[in-house]
This record gives sequence, C-alpha cells and structure tokens, in this order.
Amino acid sequence: MNAVPQLFFDAASLGGIYAMAALGIALIFGVMNLVNFAHGEYIAFCVFALIVPSSDAVAVMFLGKAPAILLIPVLLALGALIAVASEYIVFRQLRNANPVAMMISSFALGFVIQNTLLAVYGSRPKAISLWPDLNTPISVAGASVPLLQLIVIITTLLVVSALALLLKKTRVGLEMRAAAENFTMARLLGVRANVVITGAFALSGALAAAVAMIMVTQTGVADVRMGGQIMLVAFIATVVGGLGSLPGAVAAGFLIGAISVVLQAALPLEARPFRDAFLYTLVVVILLVRPQGLFASASAKPRV
Amino acid sequence: MMDAHRQNRLRALTTPVVLIAILLIFVLIVTATGDKSLARMAAQTLIRVIFVVGLWIFVGNSGVVSFGHAGFMAIGAYCSAWLTLRPQMKGMFLPDLPHWLASAEWPHLPATVVSGLLAALIALIVGAAILRLSGIAASIATFAFLAIVNTVYSNWEGVTGATSSVVGLDRYADEWVTLVWASVAVLVATLHANSASGLALRATREDEVAAAASGVNMYRHRLLSLVISGFFTGVSGVLLGHSLGVLNPNSFYLGITFITLAMLVVGGIGSLSGAVIGVLVLSVLIEGLVRFERGVEIGGASFALPSGAQEILIGIIMILVLIIRPSGLTGGRELRLPVLGGRVRHSKQEPQSTN
Repeated sequence: MNAVPQLFFDAASLGGIYAMAALGIALIFGVMNLVNFAHGEYIAFCVFALIVPSSDAVAVMFLGKAPAILLIPVLLALGALIAVASEYIVFRQLRNANPVAMMISSFALGFVIQNTLLAVYGSRPKAISLWPDLNTPISVAGASVPLLQLIVIITTLLVVSALALLLKKTRVGLEMRAAAENFTMARLLGVRANVVITGAFALSGALAAAVAMIMVTQTGVADVRMGGQIMLVAFIATVVGGLGSLPGAVAAGFLIGAISVVLQAALPLEARPFRDAFLYTLVVVILLVRPQGLFASASAKPRV
Repeated sequence: MMDAHRQNRLRALTTPVVLIAILLIFVLIVTATGDKSLARMAAQTLIRVIFVVGLWIFVGNSGVVSFGHAGFMAIGAYCSAWLTLRPQMKGMFLPDLPHWLASAEWPHLPATVVSGLLAALIALIVGAAILRLSGIAASIATFAFLAIVNTVYSNWEGVTGATSSVVGLDRYADEWVTLVWASVAVLVATLHANSASGLALRATREDEVAAAASGVNMYRHRLLSLVISGFFTGVSGVLLGHSLGVLNPNSFYLGITFITLAMLVVGGIGSLSGAVIGVLVLSVLIEGLVRFERGVEIGGASFALPSGAQEILIGIIMILVLIIRPSGLTGGRELRLPVLGGRVRHSKQEPQSTN
C-alpha cells in the first residue's frame, strides 16, 4: 500500500467537497453580503428529497430510484429551487437590511428547514444506498482509490472551471462579478439586481445538491444534522480564503480538506477524536497571521 | 438644576431598577401560583436572562454577532461540576481529573464565581485572536470556537464524561438564586454600557471608521466587553447545570445558540431592556407552545401541535421580526424612569440611532 498517493486522493476528494460547499456560500456573500447559514440545510434538504417521507429507520427510495441521468438534473434543479425560493420569501424582504440582520435571518431559516425535516423524517439517521457501486476501489498510481473519490475530484474541477467560464465569459457572469465588487455601483450602471441575485442563489443551491449527492454516496447515511458540519467547514473556508473571493473559497476548501486528512493520519490515536478542534485552532492561527484571509478582495477594505 | 447631559446619564441608571423590578414581579407571580413546574420554568427563564444579558454585553454594544457564547456556558457549567460534585462521584464518572480537582468539594458561591472567571479567561484568550477579524468574519470565527468547545467536551471522556451525561449536580439554583444573579448581570451590564469603555464601544458599532478617527481603540474595548460577557454566560451555565442536575455537551450547542439569539433579536439587539424583554416574551411563548404540543382540551375536543412545531414557529417569528421590525420589540430603546427635579424641556433625550 502506497501511503502518499492515498493521502493525496483522500485530501483532494475531501477538499473538493469542501470547495464546492464553500463556493456556494461565497457566491451569495459576494453578490449580496449575505452570510447564508441556511446553506447546510439546503444540502440536508436535497439528501432527504431522495427518500420517501416517513420516520421509519429504513429509508425507502423516492427520487433516489430514478436513473442517474434523470436523478442528477432533477436534484440539481431541486437544490436551485429551494435556494431561489428562500431568497424570494425571506432574503428579498431584507435586501436593504444590514448584513448582521440578514445573517441572523439565514440562521433562523436554516433552523426552520432543519426542524421541518426533523418533523417529517424523524431524528434517527437512516441508512440509504445511492449508487453503491461507486465505492468499489480501483487502483491508481499504486493507491487503491474508490471510484467516487475520482469522480469527486473530476467533478470539482469541472464545476470550478465551468463556473469560472460562466463568470468570465457570459453577461450574467460579468454582472455577478460586478455585483460582487460593488453592488450599488453595479446597479447604477444597469446591472439587473434580481437576475443576478436569483442566478447566484440558483447556482448556490445546485452546488448544495451536488454536495448532497456526493455525501450520500460516500457515507450511505441520511442525517438531518449532516448539513451543519459541512456548512461550518465551508464557512471557515470562505473566511480563510477571504470573504467575497471565489478563487479564495476554492483554494481554502482544498487547503482545509488537506489539513484535515493530514491531521487524521498524523495525530496519535488518542488525539484523533479531537481532530476538528485542532483543525479549527489551526484556522484561527492562520487568521491571526492574515486577518483579511488568504485572498482578500480589494473591495473588502472599508473606504473612508 | 441639572444640565441635560447629567440628567440623561442619571436616567440611564434607572434602567436596571425597572428591569430588576420586572424580573422580581415575574418571580412573585410565579411563586404565588405555587406550581412547582412553573417555578422551575421561572428559574430556567432567569438563567436565560443571565445568558442573554451576558450575550448582549458583547453583541449589543459591539454590533458583532457571536455564535460562540454557548461555548462559554459549557465551560462554566463543567467547571462548576468539577468543583462541586462529591469526590466519590468524580472518581467514578470522571476518572481523569487531576487529583486536586477530583478531591475538591467547594461551596456553591465560590465555585460559581471561579467558573465564571474561567469562562472569562477563555474569552480573553479566544477574543484576543478572534476580535482582530472584521465583524462578519469574527462572527464566523466564534462559530468555530463553539465547534472547538463542543468537539473537546464531547470527546474528553475521563474529564467531561463525553456524551454520556454528568449527573448528580446539587440542584440549588431555584428562582431566587437565579433572580439574584440576573439582577447582578443587569446591573453590571448597565454600568458597563454607560462607562467610558462601553460608550466608546457603541461608537465603534455606529461607525467604525469615525470612531477609530476619534482615537477609539476598538480592539481593546471589544475584548473587555467579551471578557465581562464571558463571565456572565459562564455563570448562566453554572446555574443551568445546578438547575437541571445533569450536564451534556449537546445542551450547549446549536439549540441554545439559536434560541438565545432569537430572544435577543425579538427583544431588540440595541438595548439591554430588549434583551430582558425578549427572553421573557419568548420564554412565555415557548412554554405555551410546549403545552400545546402536549395537547389541550378545547370544548371536549383535544388539539395538539405536531412536535417540532415550536421550533419552526419560533424560527418564523424571528424572521418576521427581522423583516417587519428589525430593531426588535423595544426598538433599541431602554426602559427608564423619569428623574425627579429640574426637568429640562428643550433637551433631546433619546439619542437617535443612525442606521
């Protein structure tokens, strides 16, 4: 068994998940300065959309029965839908509120979604098997790697480059970048606020759905609380990357994935349960050195 | 004849009198009913008052939302368990405690104060790092702090009992003990908010750049308020432990973070009165909803809300308050008494908020 390539694949696939989640959060922050704490619950919502509503321990597939070619676009659309709906119902009403009020309301919205899921599906985690074949290991560069890890890495790269193309080459992308830079000024110059914001939410929701599919395939569990953990990491990635910076979010997502895999391998056995504590402490240390994040955008500094 | 400024300062000091009177009336009404479960509810409510007032000392004055205060609560609660549990119990359930701690059997009050001080010390260390960040980034970092505390306390088997609960705490925190601590918290919060440091901190909340240009050291004032705030949230954790008799790391995680933030927002984040009133209003509402969830008889038919409806409703109320009345029920104003003697007519009493 070859340890180094193994570690590399573990780090890249975990980092890929973190990067996608962080990207979903950074997109919305960039466009409307909203720290969206409901993002983790979008992920949980997409996971539970796969199964029939009931509080039984055994999950019966609902959407999950559909073939992949149908399932993937439907779930992505569903993720986009809940994100756009939450923007329309909640965040649009708060568009002129200060960022703190928006942040708290997203926290409340996440709480509402989570408790609705709890009420409908019960609190016990459910076993759920989506595409179990993807977990069969194959041999790459001397390491045995589950096919899924490769798919995650490739998907992340595809998503990031597609997003980069969208942002650089299309009109909506240009408007989004302008909005992220200075929303008021962008609007004055004719950027359509609603189009840009709805677009950002749709993209963010679709990213959440992608993360949901990967997590379910990987862990085989549907748990109402699964969104919270990944959301926290994703948030920290956006702060480490520099709030509002999309490349920063992706890079920091990979960085945190790598640190977390290395810690898991390097920590002595009795310290492993505390891995996350070490991880977050390390993050605070990074922030002490660079409080503005690794890739601070120029607009992040207050102007006088 | 007092000048307007001094009169205003004096009136500001009447706020704790009004608030403590409200809390006292609340306790008196509850004890008058003689209902045991209501008395326990009152004690829990007052513990939340201590927590939310503690939270307000930092959040209300600095404008930086903290998701991490439940962590200070956990630190206080477990510290008091270490200090007050009987040594035999600790030997059995918490075998890895250092000897001097395992044999400690402190009286309640010193244990409470020391636990609060430990929480304050942690606040000082954590704040020194986190408060260098800008507002929003600092909020997210406080979330990381909460996760650190939760991870450590959920896994440190021999010292915190991990996810199996610590039991056997002396349940001395009734509605009167908690009332005394709540009053202390309200008093200290007022004194801090009206001190030079508190006023400087509120200046940074209104306009960071202007305050910095006026020579206000934002970092230092934020840190001081976080330390005071950490002390009282730590104390509220101690009292929660000694009210329930049981400690579990997960009772100091997202649930309490959410509900206390909701109380602060509904009451009005900008004023101490808002913090206290938010707790009272939402606690009564939650108590009512919990009873509805158990089912009530109306005209022979029994109605029950589905379980979980309470949390969903509170969440929706919180969002509605943020949309319709973003400054909360009190609108950022303090409850005050008129000060007798020499009323100055032409003075403008209420400083208008600029956002």
